[in-house]
Amino acid sequence: MAKISIEDLKRIKERERSRMVLREGDFRAKITVHMGTCGIAAGARDVMTTFRDLLAKRDMMDVMLTNSGCAGLCAKEPMITVEVVDQAPVKYILVDKEKALRIFEEHVVGGNPVEDYALAKGSETQAT
Amino acid sequence: MSASPVSRMQFMMCAGTGCMASGSIEVKEALLKELAKRNLQDEVQIIMTGCNGFCAMGPLVVVYPDGVFYNQVKPEHAPLIVEEHVLKGRVVEKLLFKEEAAKDRVPLMRDIGFFSLQRLIVLRNRGLIDAENIDEYIARDGYAALGKVLTEMTPEDVIEEIKKSGLRGRGGGGFPTGLKWEECRRYESFPKFTICNGDEGDPGAFMDRSVMEGDPHSVLEGMAISGYAIGAEQGYIYVRAEYPLAIQRLQKAIEDARDYGLLGKDILGKGFNFDIGIYPGAGAFVCGESTALMFSIEGKRGMPRIKPPRSAEAGLWNQPTNLNNVETFANLNPIILNGADWYASIGTEGSKGTKVFALTGAVNNVGLVEVPMGTTLKTLIFDIGGGIPKKRKFKAAQIGGPSGGCIPSGSEGVEIDYESLQSAGAMMGSGGVVIMDNLTCMVDTARFFIDFCVEESCGKCVPCREGLKVMYDKLTDIVEGRGEEGDVEFLFELGHHINNTSHCGLGKSAANPVLSTIHHFRHEYDAHIRDKHCPALVCPSLIDFVVIEEKCKMCGMCFRNCPSDAIIWEKKKVARIDTEKCTKCRTCITNCKFDAIR
Ligand SMILES: Cc1cc2nc3c(=O)[nH]c(=O)nc-3n(C[C@H](O)[C@H](O)[C@H](O)COP(=O)(O)O)c2cc1C
Ligand code: SF4
Ligand code: SF4
Ligand code: SF4
Ligand code: FES
Ligand code: FES
Repeated sequence: MAKISIEDLKRIKERERSRMVLREGDFRAKITVHMGTCGIAAGARDVMTTFRDLLAKRDMMDVMLTNSGCAGLCAKEPMITVEVVDQAPVKYILVDKEKALRIFEEHVVGGNPVEDYALAKGSETQAT
Repeated sequence: MSASPVSRMQFMMCAGTGCMASGSIEVKEALLKELAKRNLQDEVQIIMTGCNGFCAMGPLVVVYPDGVFYNQVKPEHAPLIVEEHVLKGRVVEKLLFKEEAAKDRVPLMRDIGFFSLQRLIVLRNRGLIDAENIDEYIARDGYAALGKVLTEMTPEDVIEEIKKSGLRGRGGGGFPTGLKWEECRRYESFPKFTICNGDEGDPGAFMDRSVMEGDPHSVLEGMAISGYAIGAEQGYIYVRAEYPLAIQRLQKAIEDARDYGLLGKDILGKGFNFDIGIYPGAGAFVCGESTALMFSIEGKRGMPRIKPPRSAEAGLWNQPTNLNNVETFANLNPIILNGADWYASIGTEGSKGTKVFALTGAVNNVGLVEVPMGTTLKTLIFDIGGGIPKKRKFKAAQIGGPSGGCIPSGSEGVEIDYESLQSAGAMMGSGGVVIMDNLTCMVDTARFFIDFCVEESCGKCVPCREGLKVMYDKLTDIVEGRGEEGDVEFLFELGHHINNTSHCGLGKSAANPVLSTIHHFRHEYDAHIRDKHCPALVCPSLIDFVVIEEKCKMCGMCFRNCPSDAIIWEKKKVARIDTEKCTKCRTCITNCKFDAIR
């Protein structure tokens, strides 16, 4: 990577912002597994693996799988956030392999949030 | 975005991922342009908010004070909105939000206290970015603050801005960050250093870990800004070795930042050199103390030394050194970008901004929360923390870790900031909050913290090394039924003595948990000593393990849960405990809903 300038910072920001949000990218959905120390301890890695396997098996290229730091609610880990294009993100709590399977089928593939496991929808950014 | 005292109207623009994608930034710029054109920029303030949960209808704008909710706003609507709504006070019908779209059974984030009452500045990127992807950090204004200071501000400007913001160190002491930098800048000797304290030794604390793991670049950027301000070209992060994931992510972040030239020589082509190294710490609590930490980096034993000279003058390798906590550094990007006035508008008179707390113990939503200074303890425990589990009662909150004190039930109204906590007999510390319910014994809790300090004392001074041991033994006597009249007075005197004569912060505050529990819960000490009874039913030697017949509702819960078959119970009969078989495990006590066992 080359050294960047202030202008490059702005360019990266614009490029990434559209990549991070679904509508403009090639992705239809995004799954974020919250993987801080406590999420991992609670089993976030298994959840990650489950999704990775599912995506590989179905050869789905339009779903982004990524991880992020902890979501803050340790008591409810593992947590994931599922975003489907044009819908509010939904946070799921206490996710295990079984739940991951169902969330994948119904929400990621089917576009319907699994209300039984959902904590809330929306994003937690509260901005400045 | 600084608050203008005369603004009569506010536009809340949704800046969630959804609305950003549908162009909320462009709408904001169009609105700003339009307002400026009509010279209304001081009257109307545009505030960016988080996702409203209606991303599909974005970009969203909510206009206050009337609360009018516009959706699918486009930049070309800006003249219409300004002309109609701002100037003529008429609602723009065609942009109004329609209810149906919002109907849904899943609650909104903002309807859930845990999220809605938090204000994320330090944790602004939590859950939103991939910690190992520098581009995602940049996408959320990462390194823009560094760019700004390098292009638009002198080091003196930066220091002035930080002073004005009112930011105080989050490592425990609450020392004003701007003043600390100013002092360090004054010493001309070179090289200088800036160090990030990621030792996080308080039991129960994990705020700094979470920031280092989840948003490592925010720490690097803050360190680079401090380096520029004080005139340092080298930084170190001291992280405890027990945080492998934090170390790994920081390492990756440093490498990526170097690749981009955001660390290293001639950063962003602006002639500023700055690099960062990681120092895995040995994990001793006392190594979090500034001088001990610096010795530890030098490869010496982590033992505090006498000050002065202060580290700002002669710190690491006797060179001028600035030391700040992880959270302090993570605050810098937003302060630089949004301005000191914005930051100073959050919080209380003497404590600005937010504080991250690790909420643990007897509370439903154990977790990491960030709230504005001045939030009450009550809000923290009940609205955000979701209250005490199993319908038990709130008894006290221990704030400030082993150096802190407890705030008893009845004082939940206290506003959390540096001054109020101090006058309530606790302290901010690094942000560990342990909630205790009615089944927590305060004497035993005090003993736990003293035990911690006995283990962690570096042994350099007698009051801390020996005095704490004597305290621990005395507390052990009390919880095991050997307490005598006069013990409390003895503990009280010894505690003050240790606090007054110890050399470093560990010893100076080590007795606080004892002093504070004596102050608020003297009756519990007395019950242990005089009645040989532990009112919270925690200390096994002081519990009778008998069923109080009048209170027993014959429910059988104790019987079903006893692991040793020590309970004798039949339907419609009062339970009894077979003391021969009972192993004093307390399971029955925690299971009896009627407080029928003592
Ligand atoms: C015994 C002891 C332990 C400490 N542990 C820590 C720690 O783990 N993390 C921390 O940031 N500060 C710790 N401190 C405070 C530091 O000495 C120092 O004041 C702080 O890192 C300065 O940063 P700030 O100005 O940003 O708060 C400790 C102090 C003492 C006396
Ligand atoms: S007070 Fe305790 S930890 Fe601090 S220098 Fe003295 S013995 Fe060491
Ligand atoms: S749990 Fe309590 S109320 Fe129920 S039988 Fe046992 S002692 Fe009695
Ligand atoms: S203390 Fe434990 S062993 Fe004793 S009666 Fe209660 S549950 Fe049984
Ligand atoms: S540390 Fe991840 S939610 Fe608590
Ligand atoms: S991003 Fe605006 S409503 Fe979700």
